[in-house]
Amino acid sequence: MHAVIPYVTAALLFGLGVYGVLLRRNAILVLMAVELMLNAVSLIFITADATAPAPQPGGPAYSGAVFALFVIVLAAAEVGVGLAIVLQYYRMRHAVQLDEIELDAR
Amino acid sequence: MTVADVLLLALGAVAVGSGAAVVSTSHLVRAGLYLVVSLGAMAGIYLVLGAELVAWVQVLVYVGAVVVLLLFAVMLTRAPIGASKDLDRPAWPARIVGGGVALGLAVLLADAFRWMRYELPAPGTAERMGAELFGRWVLPFEVLSILLLAALVGAIVLSRPDIGARNGDEA
Repeated sequence: MHAVIPYVTAALLFGLGVYGVLLRRNAILVLMAVELMLNAVSLIFITADATAPAPQPGGPAYSGAVFALFVIVLAAAEVGVGLAIVLQYYRMRHAVQLDEIELDAR
Repeated sequence: MTVADVLLLALGAVAVGSGAAVVSTSHLVRAGLYLVVSLGAMAGIYLVLGAELVAWVQVLVYVGAVVVLLLFAVMLTRAPIGASKDLDRPAWPARIVGGGVALGLAVLLADAFRWMRYELPAPGTAERMGAELFGRWVLPFEVLSILLLAALVGAIVLSRPDIGARNGDEA
């Protein structure tokens, strides 16, 4: 297994996520791009777990996989709160376009 | 090139291709469905790399729950069914920054790891992974459950104007 393949895949996915966050106006599409970035980071964790030198017996194992699990849980929490904010904003203003939000309204 | 290499290349191509479709399609619902494909391909990569439990948690939580939540939000905000014209800002700044990030990270990682071969580790079973999670990582795990509870309460408070609003503030 050549470790560079999943690493470069993760780098490209992270770049796509950054591109999507900067490009999209719709808040839900921005959240989707953020999910892509989070997944790229989990992929880095998993690959590092698979390619790191074998730890001594009794030492830490699966640290990368554990961190990937934590990232997945954090993403679930983030998307829950994020969508609550988006839906509340939609209820108030009937729009989900990020660049039309007035930051100093009222 | 081994079997694992070919699998990683194919799944990575699927993940990156559908990820590009997520950030470039003009259909909101299709973006969510491409996200399913991308996340599923990533779960396949996790399986090849031996992280079995994470792969299935990815399928359960991401494909099963997060994408469904996103599609719910797409429908609750009355998104149009067809193509939308006004989804994107001017593309050039985003292209420069995103392309720079992708290229920079890819060059950095490719330079660090070259074309070195690694032996695939033995697949991690849920039992060993669970022992690690509830042994060494039990404190972060509990902190994370408190965070999930806080996020849950926060989402409920946000979406109920009658308990979120201050006195005399007609939100």
